[in-house]
Amino acid sequence: MEKKVPLTIDGKNVEASAGQTVLECARDNGIFIPTLCHYDKTTNVGACRVCVVEVENARSLVASCCMPVSPGMVVRTDTEAVRNAQKMVIELLWSSGDHNCLTCEQNGQCELQNLIYWLKIEKPRFEIEAPGYAIENNNTMIQRDLNKCILCGRCVRACNEIQVNEVLDFSMRGSYAKVGPAFDADYINSSCVFCGECLQVCPTGAITFKQAKFAGRPWEMEKVRTTCTYCGVGCQMDVFVKDGQIVKVSGNRDYGKPNDGSLCVKGRFGMDFIQHPDRLKKPLIRRNKNEDLKEVSWKEAYAFISDKLSSIKKTSGADSIAGLSSARCTNEENYLFQKFMRAVIGTNNVDHCARL
Amino acid sequence: MTNSIDELEFTDLILATGTNTTENHPVIGIKVKRAVRQQGTKLIVIDPREIDLVKYADIWLRQKPGTDVAVFNGLMNVIISENLYAKEYVAERTEGFDALKATVAKYTPEYVEKISGVPSEDLKKAARMYAQAKRASIIYAMGLTQHISGTDNVKTIANISMLCGNIGIEGGGVNPLRGQNNVQGACDMGGLPNVFPAYQQVANEDARKKFETVWNAPLSGKPGLTVVEMMNAAGRGDIKAIYIMGENPLLSDPDLHHVKKELQKLDLLIVQDIFLTETAELADVVLPSASFAEKDGTFTNTERRVQRIRKIVDAPGEAKADWEIICGLSTQMGYPMKYASAKEIFEEIVTVTPSYAGISYKRLDNEGLQWPCPTAEHDGTKFLHKDRFSRGLGLFHAIEYIPPNELTDKEYPLILSTGRVLYHYHTGTMTRRSLGPNERCPESLMEINPADAVKFGINEDQMVKVTSRRGTVEAKAHITEKSPQGTIFMNFHFAEAAVNLLTNPALDPTGKIPEYKVCAVKLEAA
Ligand code: SF4
Ligand code: SF4
Ligand code: SF4
Repeated sequence: MEKKVPLTIDGKNVEASAGQTVLECARDNGIFIPTLCHYDKTTNVGACRVCVVEVENARSLVASCCMPVSPGMVVRTDTEAVRNAQKMVIELLWSSGDHNCLTCEQNGQCELQNLIYWLKIEKPRFEIEAPGYAIENNNTMIQRDLNKCILCGRCVRACNEIQVNEVLDFSMRGSYAKVGPAFDADYINSSCVFCGECLQVCPTGAITFKQAKFAGRPWEMEKVRTTCTYCGVGCQMDVFVKDGQIVKVSGNRDYGKPNDGSLCVKGRFGMDFIQHPDRLKKPLIRRNKNEDLKEVSWKEAYAFISDKLSSIKKTSGADSIAGLSSARCTNEENYLFQKFMRAVIGTNNVDHCARL
Repeated sequence: MTNSIDELEFTDLILATGTNTTENHPVIGIKVKRAVRQQGTKLIVIDPREIDLVKYADIWLRQKPGTDVAVFNGLMNVIISENLYAKEYVAERTEGFDALKATVAKYTPEYVEKISGVPSEDLKKAARMYAQAKRASIIYAMGLTQHISGTDNVKTIANISMLCGNIGIEGGGVNPLRGQNNVQGACDMGGLPNVFPAYQQVANEDARKKFETVWNAPLSGKPGLTVVEMMNAAGRGDIKAIYIMGENPLLSDPDLHHVKKELQKLDLLIVQDIFLTETAELADVVLPSASFAEKDGTFTNTERRVQRIRKIVDAPGEAKADWEIICGLSTQMGYPMKYASAKEIFEEIVTVTPSYAGISYKRLDNEGLQWPCPTAEHDGTKFLHKDRFSRGLGLFHAIEYIPPNELTDKEYPLILSTGRVLYHYHTGTMTRRSLGPNERCPESLMEINPADAVKFGINEDQMVKVTSRRGTVEAKAHITEKSPQGTIFMNFHFAEAAVNLLTNPALDPTGKIPEYKVCAVKLEAA
């Protein structure tokens, strides 16, 4: 049996597993502690200090994300001192950036905005002094506006600890800390592989999906979970749609396997092809070898193929016909295709390009 | 895969060979990198190219392309002669050990060094590291299989894995990483010339009877032709019509000039695709199909996990899902196929596919299931061969090294190897129409080692002409240590630099896989 650690949070007697943090234990027991820098599956750094709680007999407030549970601990998450400390942190973050929600893509799903609302802050007590960074807009996939960066470090940890691409880090320039690739390079001029993990974990609008800009508000979009169509990993992804248009893609974190919410550049940014103007829209037939392909109805196309296949089968036999099914299509389609070749045409000449 | 993707992150050692995982299966690459950086997992990379994973590796063996069997026999030679193999496992669960031992005896580290260029000391180190790991997983991909010795290569890694007791345990196994999203499913569903769904042999009378009853049609018991054989048969006039669903052999097959000529000889070429691909341009009939985002269905990933895809948007114009097209055509030809949805087809599949029998759309709603999943109560199978192999005892195959089909000579002094890059996919029909990936990788680069660049007088970014016995392509040179001396590398994503004009169609006699990874070429400034 695993040893349980008894403690009290907000007057409630709870049990934690040994080695859990106060934050984890509170969450397991349905007690909300706000966080900004904390991110599952990355190290706890206690950087933002939004998750502070009171612990009896401790000299000051402690960051619950870094505090291991101990037997008999008495924790309070909702005292005035806690709220005041949280407000202070949030107001400082608010005033040190350009958090213009009016045009921000994260509006409605920004964790900073949500916390400001939750803490009922009308206005920061400090004057707003944004650092005035230029917006990084020189690639087609990811836009960075570090004026909205709260230096939580999630992107750095996601890049190093989740994707292990080892591109991002903190750098110090004068009195300003900054996140980004080495030598202050833009993403496009760095070793970044555009997996977009940093974008997905950023709590604010500092890193955003560029092509989604002005394409839809979070509440206007429908989210559909599906499986990536590219490689054999089969990542689970959420596709966001507005008015029949695909707006953006993110990794699905509701269920773990097989990708735990991560994607690569193809899954996240490689979906433009779906709504590309080159898509085929009508059946085409070339009636004579030296003619061009011409648009026809499905009825004509089916009749044409059926006549030709039947006559070839009659004159040369079923084994003079072959079919290639597809590692790109669904199981259902591959099943039907080989059934068609075997049961309708009457041949086992069916293969696909898996070996290639 | 015998085992699951998840297990890679929590095993003791990973041996990666013939897989450029971080580019071709990036999210599996993540797990390998995390294992190394965060779990202390050891990593051995065996690959001629200095792929990204080399940066994370404890040992990197850089063998000459096509010498894999020699290297693995060498590793086993060391493991056996130093008595490091799993004796109990070998005694209880395998057979054929003596033959294996006799064969690998000749592959001493010194002998292997001569064949493969791998320093004997490195080979010994790698052998000890692999043998001493409690659980070791081997991952591989096309770099291992696309050789005339592809099947042998796969057998040798199965040998070494069994030798050290790594098959049938969590965190172990021999794990092919499938390149395309549903290769696994296409095979499971019988998209192969010799088998029905779930690998039931067409030549087996019982299997045939079963399908004849369910499908209500007489079936042929004669195994059919593989892709490359079909193309050749078309060239001879033995095949008169080909129906292609969602493939683009005119960019993906070896020796393209030849393929094009063969396809042009057909009386009827039907291509069903989402774009007018290079192959579709040759067709007599082109049928517009729906993309994965416009239909329901299932894909089976490389770890045998059956997962749902869901309709997100409408297909453009009159395009239809591939299954709807097959139904329409079949009905027209007098064999009515009336399915109202992909789900109804799946319900038929599970009745004839024992490994999928316990799976249903309902069960797949939240998470996928890994086959074998024989009953509705079964949770799916995380790793195969737990207590026994499919055939009972695991069989060692004693295998000799054979050199690649086409060797370099005076006229064609370099080896050409092919593969993919992170930003593109297969023949590029989709990624090249996506802004981001195309921005990051807009053209095909030919990777050449600095020493070769000097030797052939090639500069960075210069256009070069690469010629094999079958054709010529032009591409921009990229000078990099990634390519070993004597070998150049190109990807096959770009029609304008179609590297498969050059590749050798020589086939692995068993697996019928063409030897994409080795052919002889010459190089000159364009
Ligand atoms: S860019 Fe976003 S994730 Fe990165 S430190 Fe700033 S706010 Fe945090
Ligand atoms: S996109 Fe991926 S590789 Fe690039 S910085 Fe973000 S996390 Fe790192
Ligand atoms: S997101 Fe990337 S790794 Fe995942 S299935 Fe798609 S292509 Fe493969």
